[in-house]
Order: sequence, then C-alpha cells, then structure tokens
Amino acid sequence: MITLEKRPQPSRAWSLATPLLAVLLTMICGGLLFAALGKNPFETIRTIFLDPLFSEFAWFYRPQLLIKGAPLVLIAIGLSFGFRAGIWNIGAEGQYIVGAICGAAVGLAFYPTESFIIFPLMIIAGILGGTLWAMIPGILRVKFGTNEILVSLMLVYVAEQLMASMALGALRNPDGMGFPGSRNLSQYPSAANLEIISGSGMHWGVVTALIAVIFAYIALSRHIFGFNVRLAGQSPRAAKFAGVNPAAMILICMGLSGGLAGAAGLFEVAGPAGQVSIDFNVGYGFTAIIVAFLGRLHPVGILLAGGLMALTYIGGEIAQSNLGLPLAAIQLMQGMLLFFLLAVDVLTNYRMRFGRRQVV
Amino acid sequence: MKINKLLTGATIALGLATGAFADGHEKTKVGFVYVGPVGDGGWTYEHNQGRLAVEEHFGDAVETVFVESVPEGPDAERVMTQMALQGADLIFTTSFGYMDQTINVAGKFPDVKFEHATGYKQADNVSVYSARFYEGRAVQGHIAGHMTESNVIGYIASFPIPEVIRGINSAYLHAKEVNPDVEFKVVWAYTWFDPAKEAEAASVLIEQGADVILQHTDSTAPQAAAQAAGNVVTFGQASDMAEFGPFPRVSSIIDNWSPYYIARTQAVIDGTWESTNTWDGIAPGMVEIGEITEAVPAEVKASAEALIASMEAGEYHPFTGPINKQDGSAWLADGEVADDGTLAGMNFYVEGLSGDIPQ
Repeated sequence: MITLEKRPQPSRAWSLATPLLAVLLTMICGGLLFAALGKNPFETIRTIFLDPLFSEFAWFYRPQLLIKGAPLVLIAIGLSFGFRAGIWNIGAEGQYIVGAICGAAVGLAFYPTESFIIFPLMIIAGILGGTLWAMIPGILRVKFGTNEILVSLMLVYVAEQLMASMALGALRNPDGMGFPGSRNLSQYPSAANLEIISGSGMHWGVVTALIAVIFAYIALSRHIFGFNVRLAGQSPRAAKFAGVNPAAMILICMGLSGGLAGAAGLFEVAGPAGQVSIDFNVGYGFTAIIVAFLGRLHPVGILLAGGLMALTYIGGEIAQSNLGLPLAAIQLMQGMLLFFLLAVDVLTNYRMRFGRRQVV
Repeated sequence: MKINKLLTGATIALGLATGAFADGHEKTKVGFVYVGPVGDGGWTYEHNQGRLAVEEHFGDAVETVFVESVPEGPDAERVMTQMALQGADLIFTTSFGYMDQTINVAGKFPDVKFEHATGYKQADNVSVYSARFYEGRAVQGHIAGHMTESNVIGYIASFPIPEVIRGINSAYLHAKEVNPDVEFKVVWAYTWFDPAKEAEAASVLIEQGADVILQHTDSTAPQAAAQAAGNVVTFGQASDMAEFGPFPRVSSIIDNWSPYYIARTQAVIDGTWESTNTWDGIAPGMVEIGEITEAVPAEVKASAEALIASMEAGEYHPFTGPINKQDGSAWLADGEVADDGTLAGMNFYVEGLSGDIPQ
C-alpha cells in the first residue's frame, strides 16, 4: 500500500526535481505514443529534443529557439509575479496583441521618416498598450470586485477582433493591393527589430527577456516588493497587517504582466512577424502560462522552461516534416508535459509511504 | 529499478541514434506547407491528395514531406527554411498568407524552387498558381438561385481578399440571373479553418432565414450545421464533402491540384522548371464540379451542366457584361469580358449585393 502523507513544508528538493521528472515522464509516454503511431520512439524523441540543438542544421535552429522562446519567457516573467500573489491574469495573449498594435501604430505613423528615436518610442507604446489593456481587468477587479480571470480572458477575444480590424482598416498597407495586413516593419529600418548580431537570432526582444529575468530575480529575492508579492500570495491576511495594499498589489501585478506582454508583442510585430496581420497571434500568451508554471514561477526556472517549450515547438516541426508525425501528436506531447508536471507536483507537498499505515 | 534500466537503455539508444544522422539525398524531394490539418476535409485535404498523387506517380524517384497547420507568420518562414535545409528541391506553400515568407526564404535558397498558391508575388525561383474558383462559384450560384425558397442565400466568407470577393460576385451574378429576388447575406469569419466559428456563422445565417449556404472556409462544420437544420442546401468547398450528400450537400467545387503538382515535379526532375503564373479553371481540370445530386430538380441539373460545358468549351466567362459595380457605376459593357488583371485585384461588389466589404 502506498499512502500519502502531507509534508509540514513543501519539499525543496522535490520542487526542483519534479519538472525534470515531468520531462522524463513526457519523453517516456510520448515515446510510447510515437511507437503506437508506428514511428521509432527513440528517433522521434531525439528529433524533438536534440536535433534543434545538435543536428547538422543546428546553426539554423539555435537562433530560432531564441526567437520562439523570447516572447514566452518575457510574458511568463510578468505573469509569475501575479501568479505568486494570487492574481490570475489569463489574458496575456490580448495584452500581447494590443502591445503589438500600439507599437506598430507608432512606427507606421512615422513612415517613411528615418530616425533613431522611432524604435524606442515604439517600445514605450507597446509597453503602454499592454499595460492599459491589463488595467481594464485590474481596475474592474479593484473597483467592482469582478473576476480578473474571466475579464482578462474575454478581453483576448476583443483584442483579436481589434487586431483584425486594424489589419483590414487603419493600419492596412496602402500599397498592398487591397490585401489585409500592414506595411512590413522589418523592411523599415528605423522601426525594425533586427538581430543585433546577424544570424544569431538575438533581437532586442531576446535581450529584454534576459534583462527581465535578471530584474525579476533581484526583485523576488532581494527587494521588499518581491517579499510583498510572495506574502500576498501565501497569506493575504498577514500581508494586510504588513501594510501591503491589496488594490495596489493587483494593479501593479496586472500592469507588470500586461506591460511585459505588450513589449513581447511589439518585439514580435517589429521583428519576426514583421506586420500587423489578422493571424498575428499564435498563442504565446497562453503558452506562457504553462511556461510560468513549468518554471515554478521562478525567473531562472522560467528561462529554462521557455527554452524547453521552444525546443518542443521547433523539434516538433522537424519531426513533422522529417518523420511525417502528425501535428496533433506533437501537441499531445506538449499537453502531457503540463499534465505530468501538475501530477508529480503531489510529491512536493506530500510524502509517499510504502507499507501499511501504523494503527495507533 | 526496472524504470531505471529502461531509462538507461533509452539514453544509450538516443546517443546511438544521434550519431546515425545522414542525408543520402538523391531522390527529388518535394515539400508541402499546409495552413490547416490534412484531415480538414477541404482545402488542405485536397492539397494533400495532390501530394499523394505525386508520390504515387513518381514512386521511388520522389520523396515528399509536409508540415500541417502552419500559422501564416514567422513560423511559416522557419518551416520553409527547414524544408530547404533538409534538401527539398521543390516546395509548395499552399496558402495566400505565406506570400512574403515564401519570397523571403526563396531569396535565401536560389537553387530551391518554390510554388506559392493564390499569391501574386513571383521571383526567379517562385512560381504562383491558383485556380479559377469563380467558375465553380458560377455553377453554385446557378443551382443556389434555383433551390432557394426563402430567396436568402448565406455566404460564409473567410478574408476580404480578391479571391473571396470574386467568388461572392460570381455566385451572386448567377443566382440573380435565374432568380431576380435573391438576396445574399455575407458573414466574414476571418479564418480559413475553424470549425467552431464556421458552425456558428452557419447557424447565424440559418437563423436569418438563409436556406442555402455557400462557404469559402475549409471545414465541413457548415455542412453539419445545415444537416442539423434539415432544410438547408450546401455545397462542398475545395473538396467534394460527399459524405454530406445527397442532401444538404447538393454539389461541390473540387480543387484538383494533382496534375499541376505532378507536372511541376516533373519539370524539376527534367531541369525545365521556370517561374510561371498559372491560373487554370474548369477547362484544364484544376476546378471540378462534384456530382450534382438527385436533391436538385432534373431541369436545374441539366442547365447547370450546360453552364459547366460552356465554360469547359471556353464559350462563356462568368464575368461577362453588362455588369455594374455595387455603387451603380458601369464596370463591364454589354458582352465585354473581365480581364484577368481586374479579377486578380477585385475589391468591389457587383450591383445588387448589399453590405460593405470590410475595409
């Protein structure tokens, strides 16, 4: 018999080990799934997890990992503050979209002027756009006690419609022969989020993501704000006594996550995506939630988790085209990752005992 | 302990397999980038049928690869680059939204040939190809105009781009020709493939009184919605969707890419490939009309078949004047036929359609 016994305190060792265990379990079950599909499981797992890093064409895939991982890390870092404090911003996808719209709009307004000031202005606009979009659920929660999970999630769909209308209307490329989509920002030097070192994948969004990781680490471990965030999450009552203003905490956490999501959107629209288009968003804001939890809401963990997630995306594409694996199988495997993480989490909070429980 | 052994085994196997990577590339490799899943039953399904036809035709001489559900953004560029890196000689990018990405990647791989569906940007190693779907729309409009009793025809449109607007105009002109009271309601779904959204659009149109639904989206969800409603006529889009026949699906437009894909692959093998702009219709067989079922009255079926025959023979063009634009201004004079340039960039409704094209 196995019995579960609650630990007096969550185990530190297990909280570090469970993400690795989850990855291993995913590889095993994923391998079984691939074997059931008639593929060689070892080759498939290797293709997904190792080929992007070590294959013949790794020089192409490694930069792609940065490009794919940066928005995930940037958004997840912002989300982690709120999640620690028990403030659930599920709508990062919407804030990402609005950040992209605002940033791109500023850049397009200057077209075709060339000036070094344009890109910084776009970044500010992107951050502001994301922050303001996140303020809607934030303020509604503070003023009227609405549920920020629902409101922020619903606002994603509003943002998607806004994106579509911008791509078809206000921001549409006047030289685009009537097709939807804005001018290509990556072909407009002053507004382009280009690679800092050519071919490295290292664009300004990647740099910002790394800076955000460092700042988040310092804030959480060395700053009173980080302490307050953790306190508000663990014990709202104690936080109140310690002088933490819950309303301010909600607005700051929402604003922070919105701002970083907005920045991620701007870097994406000015760089890899290049233009405001109807299908601009591909779910970074939602995937970032998985990344935040996979990384244990810890900045360094998020950095690693973002890298892992990017790996499964890019490796998944390689597996599709080289091994003929269906997309659904890849997505299933990505889902397994979160599922196993949540499942093995039980080990962090509970101790397994083998044998019969002693009857006193 | 058992688990441990398994894991060790796995690690060793991983190490071994890594060393075995080699690319003995002699076959002609053809890549396909799809916007939807291969099982969408519509657009992507037919492109994949084309891919399978290539495999069958060339056998061992050709290897094909594909990636499905690729978003029309930076992901598409990476997928194409990756295919080119893995030694693809010819890559078909099968959605309008892959246009800039195709051009970008083609610039980096001058030796790889690219074929972009439904776009308009060509390069030395990028061809564009599309089908004259509007010829099929003419047949749909003709049947729809006869079949409707409420005189309201619903149209699930995807994106307001010329290809889609051409389809709406062509269907409307031919529905109006046989039924002057007909009215079109257009819903813009802003997606090529999203069964939930498409079903919702179909339900909205049915609630608004439409008893015929035309779709320019790729899934079979509208067919299912019509089937549930019971008295609503639909047409298969991009693929035959015969499983919904004989009713609600009474006919279909089938995109037949196989001959084109085989011909282009052959050209690459022979070294005769050149950048071309192909726009084929019913006559060369790129657009096919699926079986018109017994739910359609015999005389309507006969007149629809006559219409198909006249387009096949090149005697009739669906955009033949007199046609006015929506605002009443003249577009085509009596007997005048639309030129391909205007059709390719069509951004206006014809007279009689209500509502605006989203701007």
